[in-house]
Amino acid sequence: MNLPRAFATLSNGTSLPWAEVPEWLADEFVAATAAELERGGRLCAWFGVPEGAATRLVAIVAFDADNTLTVGRSTHVKDRYPSLTLAHPQAHLFEREVWEQHGIEPVGHPWLKPVRRQNGDRPATGEFFQVEGREVHEVAVGPVHAGIIEPGHFRFQCNGEEVLHLEIALGYQHRGVEAALVNGPNRATLSQMETVAGDTTIGHATAYAMTLEALAGTEAPLRAQWLRAIALELERLANHVGDLGALANDVAFLPTSAACGKIRGDFLNLTAMICGNRFGRGLVRPGGCRLDLEPERAGQLREQLTAALADVAEAAAWLWDSNSVRARFESTGAVSAEQAAEMGLVGPAARASGLVRDVRFDHPAGWHRFAQIPVAVWPGGDVLARAQVRWLEIQRSGKFLEEQLATPPDGELQIEAGQPANDTLSVALVEGWRGEVCHVALTDGAGRFRRYKIVDPSFHNWTGLALALRGQAISDFPLCNKSFNLSYCGFDL
Amino acid sequence: MFAHQTLLHRLQHGCQTMAYPEGPAPALPDRHGGALRVETTKCAEGCDACLPVCPTHAITRLPGNPALLDLGRCIFCAGCVEVCPTHAITQTGDHRMATRHREDLLLGKPGEEQVRLAAALDEKLRKLLGRSLRLRQVSAGGCNACEADTNVLGTIGWDLSRFGIQFVASPRHADGLLITGAVSQNMKLALQKTYAAVPPPKLVIAVGACAISGGPFVGHPEVCNGTTAVLPVDLFIPGCPPHPLTILDGLLRLLGRLEKPE
Repeated sequence: MNLPRAFATLSNGTSLPWAEVPEWLADEFVAATAAELERGGRLCAWFGVPEGAATRLVAIVAFDADNTLTVGRSTHVKDRYPSLTLAHPQAHLFEREVWEQHGIEPVGHPWLKPVRRQNGDRPATGEFFQVEGREVHEVAVGPVHAGIIEPGHFRFQCNGEEVLHLEIALGYQHRGVEAALVNGPNRATLSQMETVAGDTTIGHATAYAMTLEALAGTEAPLRAQWLRAIALELERLANHVGDLGALANDVAFLPTSAACGKIRGDFLNLTAMICGNRFGRGLVRPGGCRLDLEPERAGQLREQLTAALADVAEAAAWLWDSNSVRARFESTGAVSAEQAAEMGLVGPAARASGLVRDVRFDHPAGWHRFAQIPVAVWPGGDVLARAQVRWLEIQRSGKFLEEQLATPPDGELQIEAGQPANDTLSVALVEGWRGEVCHVALTDGAGRFRRYKIVDPSFHNWTGLALALRGQAISDFPLCNKSFNLSYCGFDL
Repeated sequence: MFAHQTLLHRLQHGCQTMAYPEGPAPALPDRHGGALRVETTKCAEGCDACLPVCPTHAITRLPGNPALLDLGRCIFCAGCVEVCPTHAITQTGDHRMATRHREDLLLGKPGEEQVRLAAALDEKLRKLLGRSLRLRQVSAGGCNACEADTNVLGTIGWDLSRFGIQFVASPRHADGLLITGAVSQNMKLALQKTYAAVPPPKLVIAVGACAISGGPFVGHPEVCNGTTAVLPVDLFIPGCPPHPLTILDGLLRLLGRLEKPE
């Protein structure tokens, strides 16, 4: 067999025939993927495609500075292959997931255990990492938490108040999304995409629409691309504002907490003004958008947007002005740039550690090819940095929206998405408010989904939270957790 | 200087809590649509246009009968409304949708064109819980949107605590559970344990299409298709997710707080 030298190149929102994806024997494929990562790549997705009793591994790597993606695959893997995680820790959860889904073992993986698999009426969490010592004690939290929050289990190893190690066990929200997508698309597919993570409805629905359009070789009309970009920033605004309020609440700074709770609702209501639903359900469709933002409606939206942005500017100013808030935010839960890069963090969590990493800028697709938003970066990697990145993004999203609402493109809103091509692979990335939403679809000979891989940004970032807690007081866990605000359902699928 | 500014701002804004329920309810967005209605007499014989568009198979039709729409399964995408040639399925714009019984969400029998709204708790429970209801929320296999819009009820605009309703940290302190999500197999044990920890008498409130029927995940082997498979339910609040006003209406309706005092 002739060994191909390089991964195949494609860009965001495009597809290529499955047969053109270069192929290696498992060992060589791991080495080839490692080489891609070593020349500056970042692992977007690593998953298995079942083929009879065997599995093929597929890797999607992003080269952010070059605005390109690369893809490669392995030949059949039956039982085991050498782990990629040893050299590149950012692969650790992906390899656990492949092991859980396809039963092939990444040999040498340092912490091989289930991700979300069911064990009767609970997830198979496996053994937890334990620290031993006379003063060491263990704290278990969840799955049912104190507030109105999704379920997950946190296991802390503490020495007094200090956290030595945090292990996060999820899977409680697992509802079989990826398995249900196989053989689709069907009538249920879109609603399942919209509820991968309910607070990222626009992000995931847009990635899905891009996927189908890429597979069919069509492109949504410009007006629909414009509207999707607007809805995506409204989604970001609502969530970032809510997060600033929640961070304020966790340090008992009630003025900003109370104000942001309400302003978050104002932003959700702007999304509802466009499509009737506060979370953006029913707006994005393959081939375009279902509902238009007519000039009169856009005018109203702009007016209310300006008012909400002014309110949040005031509430944020109180936060930054307060010495007690700064004292609690600064140096709490720090993740270094090296750690963030090594673990493959994405979104505000990566940008708060100084990494310049934003799909809208690095891999522009849709409307972002014509209208850019500066990347918001802050050094430090602590709670303050994650809060500041959000505040920067609130301002920049606000400005983007004010500009875009003033200059809508004309034309139709929806076209036929078309029939997905046979035996084709497509990749769609969207910068959701938590970071990179990645959808990879592979069709069969009839144009149905043979495999549909969803990587929610939380899949990359939960490990970031675990790292942030090292050496922190356990009482700072809620604050650190809020500063990441990751999705359980997006991870659990 | 700083404390002065925030206090001044608070004074300028005044009370930001809505007047509802004493005053009018806040308007739903014009594209929201509200609860659905099935006009049995308009449902054309032999037509099944709405059946294949429904993502959650919420509509069934037996020969000789009008279409039967299960609002507990509905995710309010309005696909059926758009394709119905005779406008038999319509949006009412009404935010009120909560029911006490699962079958009260079935629309499309003569006299049962709309949801049969929830009746209040009986006198004894009302006396016990009507002015002070403590709930433990359990999120069990959904998308976190129902949770988000339940949380909204705690913000200053809605101020749920003015009704004596509060979400508490421990099931031991609770009078009942508010459940969201399709009840994943992975959350089944945790939900059962939480329920067992609530002292009786206890209420169960299912919020959202998932908690009522499985929602977008209905039929997946990884979920139990809603709360009723695991626990008895006292109040069903449909939506995907329900608007905060719909949730509040359901809670107040259950406590008999929307009726005029005699």
